[in-house]
Amino acid sequence: MASLNTYAVNTWCPGCGNFAILRAIKAVLQSFEKEGESLNKFVMITGIGCHGKIADYVNINSFYTIHGRVTSTATGIKLGNPELKVIGFAGDGDAYGEGLAHLIFAAKRNIDITMIIHNNRVYGLTTGQFTPTSPFGFKGKSTPFGSLEKPFNPLELMFSAGATFIARGYSTALNNLIYIIKEAIKHKGFALVDVLQPCFTFFNTYSYYNQRVYELKDHDPSSREEALKRIKEWDYDSDSKIPIGIFYKEEKPTFDDLILSGIIPVKRKRNINIKEILRKTI
Amino acid sequence: MMNELSVLVGGQAGDGIRQAGVIISKLLNSFGYRIFMYYDYPSLIRGGHNFSIVRASKEKIQASRDYVDIILALNQETIDKHRRKLTKDGFIIFDSDTAKAEGIGVPATKIIKEIKGLPIMRGMTLIGALARSIGIDEKYFENIIKRSVPAKIELNIKVAKEGYARSRNILKLENLDQKPMPLLFGNEALALGAVKAGLDIYIAYPMTPSSSILHYLAAYARDFKIAVVHPENEIAVITMAIGAAYSGARAMVGTSGGGFALMTESLSLAAMSETPIVIVVSQRPGPSTGVPTYTMQGDLHFILNAGHGEFIRFVVAPGDAEEAFYYTAEALNIAWKYQIPSLVLLDKHLSESLYSFDEEVVGKVKVEESLLWDGKGEYKRYLITESGISPLAFPGTHNAIIKATSYEHDEYGITIEESERIKEMTEKRLRKYNLLKEEVEKMESVKVFDRGSQEAVITWGSTKGVCEEVTGNLGITLVQPIVLEPLPKKIRTVLKDVKKRIIVEVNATGQLRRLLENNGIKIHYTILKYDGRPFEVEELEEKIKEVL
Repeated sequence: MASLNTYAVNTWCPGCGNFAILRAIKAVLQSFEKEGESLNKFVMITGIGCHGKIADYVNINSFYTIHGRVTSTATGIKLGNPELKVIGFAGDGDAYGEGLAHLIFAAKRNIDITMIIHNNRVYGLTTGQFTPTSPFGFKGKSTPFGSLEKPFNPLELMFSAGATFIARGYSTALNNLIYIIKEAIKHKGFALVDVLQPCFTFFNTYSYYNQRVYELKDHDPSSREEALKRIKEWDYDSDSKIPIGIFYKEEKPTFDDLILSGIIPVKRKRNINIKEILRKTI
Repeated sequence: MMNELSVLVGGQAGDGIRQAGVIISKLLNSFGYRIFMYYDYPSLIRGGHNFSIVRASKEKIQASRDYVDIILALNQETIDKHRRKLTKDGFIIFDSDTAKAEGIGVPATKIIKEIKGLPIMRGMTLIGALARSIGIDEKYFENIIKRSVPAKIELNIKVAKEGYARSRNILKLENLDQKPMPLLFGNEALALGAVKAGLDIYIAYPMTPSSSILHYLAAYARDFKIAVVHPENEIAVITMAIGAAYSGARAMVGTSGGGFALMTESLSLAAMSETPIVIVVSQRPGPSTGVPTYTMQGDLHFILNAGHGEFIRFVVAPGDAEEAFYYTAEALNIAWKYQIPSLVLLDKHLSESLYSFDEEVVGKVKVEESLLWDGKGEYKRYLITESGISPLAFPGTHNAIIKATSYEHDEYGITIEESERIKEMTEKRLRKYNLLKEEVEKMESVKVFDRGSQEAVITWGSTKGVCEEVTGNLGITLVQPIVLEPLPKKIRTVLKDVKKRIIVEVNATGQLRRLLENNGIKIHYTILKYDGRPFEVEELEEKIKEVL
């Protein structure tokens, strides 16, 4: 088995929740490889923020794109070559802030990509400002007296937008995270995995999550009603229990299948005869 | 007998004025005339005043004249606005139910009611009347209608015949015994050029005057087996295209100035990640929303300088339909050869005017291969080479790991911040400029219509059409730089012995003038127009005469 490590020096802070996501994706890739999948077909797309460095740490195809554009870059890669397994990694600032429109539209059109959100609910690389999922009153560098906006619930948003796979993981629950990510990648359609991933330096939420996080049991992810109930159990602001696991899953036609209808753009023949079309214009 | 004719057809938005212009164009085309159709419309769906001017001539022409021979008026406004343009022997054909004039009145509104046609077919009654007035045989005319209308053929013929019957013959259009040529709008020619050069995927968000590229390619997507996508906004457009290109698909996007403004952050991404991309920008008057459906050449310096950081780009500004076809294909090939952004600059006048299209250009375009990885050794996406070009490989390639990135990086594509590495990668990317400049010198990057004069007109983009005719009439040389970045050295050579250099462009500040002067080329006179309309032949001729 090929090594998934690169020579890049890891510069995440000790205790960072990103390490668990790195371990999880490597474990998932290895298990795919064991099952006979070629890792050549996997592409990871990352944005800008602490999460993005993961592109440097995993030795597979990657596109380290700009802030907020992970979803759209990933969509383009899938449309160019639908035979690829396309996995986006984005921070909460990246996917839920700067690039929210792309995420909503990717869910709406059910493009067959997986989006893994490193949700630490704070901007880390820019040294501590509030994000779309920081709790109300969050004291960051841009909101020294407390943020004045309630967070939105990204899973509820994705549910409304039409995502066909919605899950939440927690970096400390590693085995569960590995399971969720693998299921998300296997899912044909748009999959969103929100990973609670504490920022040890700017927003240490370990003990908060450890007291509240629980794994979903006996949950039927095919039921819209049940899914929404579980998704709404925690609103990213109140101090309720926090379920993790796969909330929702359904099979629907994917955008790439529909729009390409069998064409693989990178493999199509490029010799088009346009004389016939010209004749029609006379 | 006449061998040149200009016909203006006007009415409200929703009257099918563009389509009427196309049908008249096809009619005259069938007699061997070369066609140029200008289409003028405000930014609204119903009401307002729309008109098309079809000019047909024995010689190839690519501009409108100041006058017209025949006016087809669907309303009084058309007559009031354009009567002054009518030649001495000219005449008006009008819907006598909605307008008053001397000439050939046809009760078009009543006819449509009586035979239960659609209101949009009023124009067809006037076209019927036009056919008879210029001496076209009824049976022949019927055949042309059959070929030219997209739907409801029988009803259209019925309506047109009613108009024909109520008209009278005024002049005899000469059959020129020339082979009719294909008729293409500028945007259609551009789209076909891209397809011929191997376009795999077109992505765009609607924005006038680029939208018809999207419409045209979407309509033909299945025939061409290409993907055509209309995403949520221009930022999605460009980043999706960059993603598609990374996967190995030849991608192109199209927009106008405002949409391109949204794309500029990603223009730098394409440059840093060395992802080939073609961006079509069709200009309209700005700043901001400006005048959406009119024309301007006001974005040249924006295109030349857009994007943060220092990087190379290829910028080309075609001047007519054949050039839109050919140079868009070149842009695609160049983007893939050098792994850089290529920008194709059009304007509303080129995008939305209808041209006689010389098919010969089709054979000149082929898909040029990129430098591909040979599969030997370890793959390095950003291998440092003498030319600066690193071999390409795409995800899915055996034994290759392709790491593209927006960060400064080493040869593998891993982020770096060390001073030496930053320097060497910056130099690698910029080094590609040397080969690109050489290639530009080998291309027909500057067109010269040499008339051996001491004066020369210099122009660019769609303004070439009117300049070609006017400088021909006046017997002076015309120079048209088509590649604007890298600026061809040739431009200096061809202008070296010219005593009087006259710039003609459609903008308020003389953007080509600025570009040339920044490059040490002195300009003596500048003729500008910036009211959203292109120059007409006689208008420009007068202006040039003033400075000769």
